[in-house]
Amino acid sequence: MTVWYKIVDFLLPFQWAEFDFMKNALLGVLLVTPMFGLLGTLVVNNKMGFFSDALGHSALTGIAIGVILGIKNPLWSMLGFSVILAVVIVKVKNVNTASTDTIIGVFSSIAVALGIAILSFRGGFTKYSTYLIGDLLSIKSDDMLLLGVTLIVVIFIWIFLFNKLLLVSVNHSLASSRGIKINFYEYMFTIIVAVIVTVSIQWVGVLIINSMLLLPAASARNIAGNIRQYHVYSVLIAVFSGVSGLLLSYFLGTASGATIVLISSLFFAATFFKKILS
Amino acid sequence: MIISEKHDNTLFSCIKINDFGVKIGNTKILRDVNLHFHSGDLTALIGPNGAGKSTLLKAILGQIAHTGSITFVDKAKKLIRKPKIGYVPQKLDFDYSSPLSVLDIFAASFSRKPVWFHISKDVRKKTIESLSRVNGEQLIDKRLGVLSGGELQRVLLALALQPVPDILLLDEPVSGIDQNGLKLFYSIVSKLREKYNLSIILVSHDLHLVYKYADYIAFLNNGTIECFGTSQEVFSSSKVIEIFGIDWNEALKRQNEEGEKYDSMV
Repeated sequence: MTVWYKIVDFLLPFQWAEFDFMKNALLGVLLVTPMFGLLGTLVVNNKMGFFSDALGHSALTGIAIGVILGIKNPLWSMLGFSVILAVVIVKVKNVNTASTDTIIGVFSSIAVALGIAILSFRGGFTKYSTYLIGDLLSIKSDDMLLLGVTLIVVIFIWIFLFNKLLLVSVNHSLASSRGIKINFYEYMFTIIVAVIVTVSIQWVGVLIINSMLLLPAASARNIAGNIRQYHVYSVLIAVFSGVSGLLLSYFLGTASGATIVLISSLFFAATFFKKILS
Repeated sequence: MIISEKHDNTLFSCIKINDFGVKIGNTKILRDVNLHFHSGDLTALIGPNGAGKSTLLKAILGQIAHTGSITFVDKAKKLIRKPKIGYVPQKLDFDYSSPLSVLDIFAASFSRKPVWFHISKDVRKKTIESLSRVNGEQLIDKRLGVLSGGELQRVLLALALQPVPDILLLDEPVSGIDQNGLKLFYSIVSKLREKYNLSIILVSHDLHLVYKYADYIAFLNNGTIECFGTSQEVFSSSKVIEIFGIDWNEALKRQNEEGEKYDSMV
């Protein structure tokens, strides 16, 4: 971390960059946003927006389970629960071809209700409310390691398995005719989404994590003509919104996550109009 | 003529489907399906709605679990393996707003390099070669979502033929393709069939087309193949007449003699 601090001191001789928490938050943003930019492309392609939202909400139940089991770091119970929930949703979705929206909605509501009920037991909910809006400024060096590792895992998967994931997202029958094991990739991708949403939720917050995941990709697909452009735009929009949102939140004294989302929604509006007008 | 790889489809190689069965929950959707397809033959799969045609397709593709086996046997009867399958779906159910170009989907299918990173000149060349089989070179940089129904069908055909499969599954489009597009599509299919000695399974809803072009017809009803044979044999079967309401043999013969209406179509 000292290396990072020196780099920031050297490159960014501004007042805001003097604080360690801002240096940490900046590094956090630089790790989280490209990951979300990449992941978002396939989440949007697979129409999993509602699904990732449900995963975000399930974090509350994960924390609650952790509290009941007496686990010190709620991250593990959150991870466990969200992965189980992801697998269950895919299983139920594959058995019952009816409306996926309804199935996800049902699971999501149960998860949120259960989480709130347990956490609010004897009026103790307030201490968990940081999970709702998240706090990028409270990010610590230890957390950086975890975020760094997840970013590397995502990049690794995007290098070695992306083509197959892409074909699966286009059409299942077409992918299986090319010998791709649909189930394997479907489960793998949903589990990755579950893990990443959970790992980042403390910093970004249950309420806006989904917007951070979807908005850059949704904006990028308004203007992209192929997969390469889609990724370049999505990552650029994610990183730019992340950094500028963080700075803006510092000067305005607003919640950083929400500010970041607002900036990416400006990107969405701009690209949307460009698409309509052209 | 472009043949991009060594290909061992010869007159006597064949695909065997043995005792296929599919069970979903406690319901048997398919049972005792036995079929042989010889290379170069066009076999049409017909049957009423709900007979299990799409289930059989999905089972052949390996998309759903099934009992029984599907094997490719080469002419010397030495090589026995899983067949390579080319599949052209009836309607590609995909997101039309997706920023996915024709080149992207080809590159994703036969290149190891991630398409978001880089698509090499070789892959581009190979894609152009592929598309030229279906007169579609000019479509390479277009988004999949902006193609017309006929163009999309041709692109999917080119994709199904890369690499050249042992068996080509064509799920006939019901709608969304204009007459000219359909005509072009089937003329390309018959050319390719001769060129590569392909064995083709056509899932069809158009009995005129089937009568005219299929070498064999498999009639699927109540979850199994109730009748198999040449078009004349199958259309004379009482079961088939019962399901389709009229004696197609007679009706089609009359129509073909009269107007040659469907000649112009294919």
